[in-house]
Amino acid sequence: MHELSLMQSVTELVKESALQNNIHKISKVKLVVGKFSMALPDSLQFAFAAIAAVEPLLEAAVLEIELRSVICRCLECNIRTEIDENYSFICSNCASVSLEIIQGRELYLDYYEGE
Amino acid sequence: MVQVRMESNLLGTNDLLARNNRRNFARRRLLVINLMSSPGSGKTTILEKTIENLNGKLNLGVIEGDLYTDRDAQRIEQKGVKVVQINTEGACHLDAGMVDKAFHNLPDGPLELLFIENVGNLVCPAEFDLGEDYKAVVMSTTEGNDKPVKYPLIFREAKVVLLNKIDLLPYTNFSLQQFREDLAQINPMASVFYISGRTGEGISEWNDWLLEEVRSKRA
Repeated sequence: MHELSLMQSVTELVKESALQNNIHKISKVKLVVGKFSMALPDSLQFAFAAIAAVEPLLEAAVLEIELRSVICRCLECNIRTEIDENYSFICSNCASVSLEIIQGRELYLDYYEGE
Repeated sequence: MVQVRMESNLLGTNDLLARNNRRNFARRRLLVINLMSSPGSGKTTILEKTIENLNGKLNLGVIEGDLYTDRDAQRIEQKGVKVVQINTEGACHLDAGMVDKAFHNLPDGPLELLFIENVGNLVCPAEFDLGEDYKAVVMSTTEGNDKPVKYPLIFREAKVVLLNKIDLLPYTNFSLQQFREDLAQINPMASVFYISGRTGEGISEWNDWLLEEVRSKRA
């Protein structure tokens, strides 16, 4: 729902960094998005296209999104369990419900490429 | 062609402000609950009933988040509780910066428990840390029992779930058993209260829990 404002933050971060690094044309922006974050890849792509259309620095850029699955660590036995779309938070090894999410909440700008 | 590594968290600014809020609240030994739900599930009515039932046993404050209008703040103010309204003007969630500003606009005086009533939305508010001690999710029987499976993040993050409009249960297809089973998968640790903001059913059990939480926070 707030993908446009997220992409605006991405644009600001990239613009500021590009200025410092004397980069005038960006070819790729790479984001890492966890499946348990509330940002939808399609909506992020849509917002990126909308911004790139009016932002010369990004006009030739593509947005790459690395989607990360949800992984939990069991606080009882330390074993990691990947959580599927059923969102059943139960340890695959010992059936404990004391799980800590260690992956899947990411939402960050990994890198950008340009010249 | 160069590659510039950033590794910048897109919610980094919010997370930083939320940490400041948390420190600020902890210094005052104030219990802060972020109350979230879909629109119309009864958050404000629950707050009204909670205030009535507590009957001055706690020094309460409320931060009301809505897209527009101060109607909810007016309702809370009539109950004699410190309240401040945030209008997000279209934004789908509260963020930590808005909460910091609102907190400083609350009328002076002692406070033990602060409710932050978030914008009615089960999606975006889940992602924005406000510096609260924990999140409480309200859902109502008229919304159907599938809310936890449809919005797993918000239900996973909640320490407490309030199932509201329990008085209307006989008039809906809501399955209590399915609701319990789904919640047990997503968040087995959550405390659950079965309440009615309209009739007051279950409100005193919820209030006893709040009193105990405030007591342990201040111990």
